[in-house]
Amino acid sequence: MIAGFWTRVALRAWAALILLFLFFPILLIFFYAFNTSNIESWPIPGLTTRWFGSTWNDPDVRAALLLSVQAGLAATAVALVLGSCAAFAIHRASFFGRDAVSLLFVLPLALPGIITGIALNAFFSFGGVTLSIWTVIAGHATFCMVVVYNNVLARLRRTQGSLIEAAMDLGANGFQVFRDVTLPLISTAVVAGAMLAFALSFDEVIVTTFTAGSQSTLPIWIFGQIRHGILLPEVNVVVSFVILVTIIPVVIAARLTGGGGTARVPAAR
Amino acid sequence: MVAVAGVDLVIEEGEFFTLLGPSGSGKTTLLRMIAGFERPDAGRIELRGRDVTSLPPHLRDTNTVFQDYALFPHMSVGQNIGYGLRIKRIPAAERRRRVERALRMVRLEGLDKRRPNQLSGGQRQRVALARAVVNEPEVLLLDEPLGALDLKLRQEMQIELKQIQKEVGITFVYVTHDQEEALTMSDRVAVMSNGKIEQIGSPVDVYERPASEFVAGFIGISNVLLRDGVRFVVRPEKIRMLTEGENPDPGMRVEPGTVEEVVYVGMSTRYVVRLDRGEQLVAVRQNMDAASDAASFQGRPVRLAWTTGHTYVLESKEK
Repeated sequence: MIAGFWTRVALRAWAALILLFLFFPILLIFFYAFNTSNIESWPIPGLTTRWFGSTWNDPDVRAALLLSVQAGLAATAVALVLGSCAAFAIHRASFFGRDAVSLLFVLPLALPGIITGIALNAFFSFGGVTLSIWTVIAGHATFCMVVVYNNVLARLRRTQGSLIEAAMDLGANGFQVFRDVTLPLISTAVVAGAMLAFALSFDEVIVTTFTAGSQSTLPIWIFGQIRHGILLPEVNVVVSFVILVTIIPVVIAARLTGGGGTARVPAAR
Repeated sequence: MVAVAGVDLVIEEGEFFTLLGPSGSGKTTLLRMIAGFERPDAGRIELRGRDVTSLPPHLRDTNTVFQDYALFPHMSVGQNIGYGLRIKRIPAAERRRRVERALRMVRLEGLDKRRPNQLSGGQRQRVALARAVVNEPEVLLLDEPLGALDLKLRQEMQIELKQIQKEVGITFVYVTHDQEEALTMSDRVAVMSNGKIEQIGSPVDVYERPASEFVAGFIGISNVLLRDGVRFVVRPEKIRMLTEGENPDPGMRVEPGTVEEVVYVGMSTRYVVRLDRGEQLVAVRQNMDAASDAASFQGRPVRLAWTTGHTYVLESKEK
């Protein structure tokens, strides 16, 4: 495409505006975390780091953080096992209804959280299961499994089938083939899937609302504080933290799978 | 659907044996059965007299050079070649020595630290070969290993493969759809079609004495004629095209026709001739003298001559 000088300038300005619209609010939150006042008004009266200390020492925040990390790690672990197994099964076997089963695996991610949440809540009370960290883990695992499944399956599909045969041909038994060939080839996809799963779990609100008992995860705590409107600077600190914890794994995952965002398209002249 | 049926085949030790056939003829399936990737519904596969029919690939003393090379992308060239030896728990020192030797054999010394994606197609092909040969298997199976290379490289590799085979003395079972490749390299060729073996013989046998019309048609250009109730094959290079004033040798059969097409192929010129009796024949002449007059034959009446000694009667498909 041949674009004139002014067209290019205008397009760049437009792109910059959109990026600003998307990311300015997030930057604002980082900024407010250093606000001396607990009222969010402009211009801010001064900068301070005292909210970081008070947030860290807040027992409620600590409990919520602990719960979030525990639930995230456990849900990721469950997702890793179930998601990888499902991906292998769908990739290897061909059976009647395979596509339908594959769709069912992916559905929880597409399903609105409110439906998953209400359904699980109803199921747990039907089964007489008390809501606890375990129910949160189960709830998160439903959609965490999907990202692991998708990542591993995509990698398996991109892997030459003859590599497995080559390993067998060179004398490797089933375990050796897995250890020496399959696992190294899918490892980055597994790690990427796990990171995405953890990031998803860490900032999940809706399913958690319906599956958590009296405890709250970090996002739930944020939600509560915003409604009360008392500890806004602490909320900003926590939100900044959640943003970092969720964005970093996503960036690493994108790098590992070699997709998205890193490809450079030479500018059209 | 049956991919291969009624195949009865004995391959000699140390032989370069080729399975030749068009795609879908079952040659690759047959090779995969020998390797152990496919299991026959019936029949036996023996290796050195030992029944291996139900043995999985990793317990068979065969190694395969795959069509897409199937090099492990996460291993270096050296690790790729040494993988089979590592699995067999060959001590590291001997393993290194044998990998070195294999690299020398395929002329890739010094590239053992490279990754497969840093190699050219021809180099990858050599690594795949070295990775299989280094294990010194009973039988080496090659599934169209030169298919992805360009013509010049392919011809070089044909000669090289044959030399390597002589050097190591391993039985090679080679699958290809390229008749020239089969004729150049093989000790014996099995021509396959529709899951059956049409003919087994030396390259000269299958070319000069095709057992069926399929074999005659698949290998080289062949002119099939029906005269006096006998169907026979005349190869294009055995036909002499006589111009006006030229006389056939005594005992030659002569038939008149018209040149329909002249195809210049560098080393030779190919003439497509319509005989007055109706059939179309292809005759080939070496371009010994200046080939400039070749085009002038277009549309001219000519006479084609051949000796019956140079024809081959098709035994099958006779009406």
